[in-house]
Amino acid sequence: MTEAAIKTTDLTKEFRGLRAVDGLDLEVPRGIVFGFLGPNGAGKTTTIRLLLGLIAPTAGRAEVLGFDTRTEACEIRARVGALLEHDGLYERLSAEDNLEFYARIWRLPPQARRDRIKEILTHFGLWERRRERTGALSRGMKRKLAVARAVLHRPPLVFLDEPTSGLDPVAAASLREDLRSLAEREGATVFLTTHNLDEAEKICALVGVIHKGRLLAVGSPEELKARGGERLEIAGRGLDERVAALLSARNEVLAITREEGRLTLDLRPGADQAPLVRAMVEAGVEVEEVRKTRASLEEVFLALVEEERR
Amino acid sequence: MMHDVLTVFWKEGKEILEMNGPRGGFIRLLIWFGVFGVFLPLELGEAWLSSPAALLLWVWFPIFVVANTTAGTVAGEREHHTLETLLASRLPDRAVLFGKVWAAVAYGWLLTLGSIVMGVITVNLVMPGAFRFPAPLLAAGGPLLSLLAAITAAGIGVHVSLYAPTVRQAQQTLSLATLLLFLVPTFGAQALPSGMRARLAAAVSDLPAGRAVVAAAFVLAFLDAILLAAAAARFRRERLILD
Repeated sequence: MTEAAIKTTDLTKEFRGLRAVDGLDLEVPRGIVFGFLGPNGAGKTTTIRLLLGLIAPTAGRAEVLGFDTRTEACEIRARVGALLEHDGLYERLSAEDNLEFYARIWRLPPQARRDRIKEILTHFGLWERRRERTGALSRGMKRKLAVARAVLHRPPLVFLDEPTSGLDPVAAASLREDLRSLAEREGATVFLTTHNLDEAEKICALVGVIHKGRLLAVGSPEELKARGGERLEIAGRGLDERVAALLSARNEVLAITREEGRLTLDLRPGADQAPLVRAMVEAGVEVEEVRKTRASLEEVFLALVEEERR
Repeated sequence: MMHDVLTVFWKEGKEILEMNGPRGGFIRLLIWFGVFGVFLPLELGEAWLSSPAALLLWVWFPIFVVANTTAGTVAGEREHHTLETLLASRLPDRAVLFGKVWAAVAYGWLLTLGSIVMGVITVNLVMPGAFRFPAPLLAAGGPLLSLLAAITAAGIGVHVSLYAPTVRQAQQTLSLATLLLFLVPTFGAQALPSGMRARLAAAVSDLPAGRAVVAAAFVLAFLDAILLAAAAARFRRERLILD
């Protein structure tokens, strides 16, 4: 199939006059990890609910795996896996029974059910504790179990809301690896929301930034970082206020930060750095080190959100 | 659809049995059968096997159990944040609803049948002579009316549970409703003029018991159909999510 895993056109949802999702146009290709970034209340959860057909849009439309969310929501829910805001685990039941219930929902045959539950619990390191009440498990273990439940039936598309929250760094790294392998080896599409921009940068092929229901940017982490322009970090002697003033007057420079013996220049995208270094040398600076860096995804994200706020 | 109903039924059954942990669940059953399978039959004696009063008790048992159990169905899922995940699955709305209702009904009804059988054994153990079976009216009417009453309680319970934000609130509302169910007829009858009250008592006592059971069964079945249809109409994903 060539069509996108998710395609929305002018998707809008209003709650009593407040636009939780505002004209969302988004296309997520199949077989990638897509990161949906946004601050709290940005509209991420509402978007997932709309895509799962749990609530109807006020305007616009969305297609998930080729099915319309308004008219074919059952078809969508029959094919996807979801880990929503909360773990959604039955705390009185054991880890094994929680998975057994969802395996029955997905109609896995009895033997396949047993095999798959054993495989996934072993993979997530929960097999030894499979008979314990879920309520007795740690926060991280519950999160792992909830992720296991979402991918239990090997869905072609899985929605994960903050999947690594509550996990220790080792478990989070291992889960990130699992998600990447889910997309790469099994061809599944992973739609995840996260506040962890480092995580998004590590595993997402594509990210979307949403704020106040509006999609501010979509692209690969590299593309988004390129939007933030380049940065030049200079260390040396003679980096005083006079030099800073000289550089800030130049067209290529957006902002300057001066610390003890160091200058950091935020440059316009595509700016040529050599003339800047030459200008510094001509101004008497003894340059010891020049390092070219890029804005991090977090900085780009914060800049986008700040720009939208203004 | 049936497969999905049974899947929810399986989960609800597990949750009901695990409600107070394995030991707590055993103690709860012990208390239940101690009171309703031993103590009350001993108190009633021969009447347990023949009196219409026993029939009323048998109908009241499942109402008591099922109302409390169903209170936690939707409100419990909402309170424990499991509802949205469940609704995001492929299960149809009706499978979720009826799986929950039938699990609560089965639990309440099986406890009632167990108590009736245990009561019959208890009465026979303390009364010498040949084994006594319940009167035919009780033997047929008891299981039938208690099943229908269990469905009524589940229907009411689901409606309350749909609106209540927490299990505790749902249980409080249902306790009040169950109390009113007994208080209103009792005080209502007391409030009637003495002549009317006497005529009503005479009419009730003159009513052939068999017909009364059939009439009660029809009334309960009708009520059940309305309650379940209304619950099915109310149990909609979007409403549940946005509530």
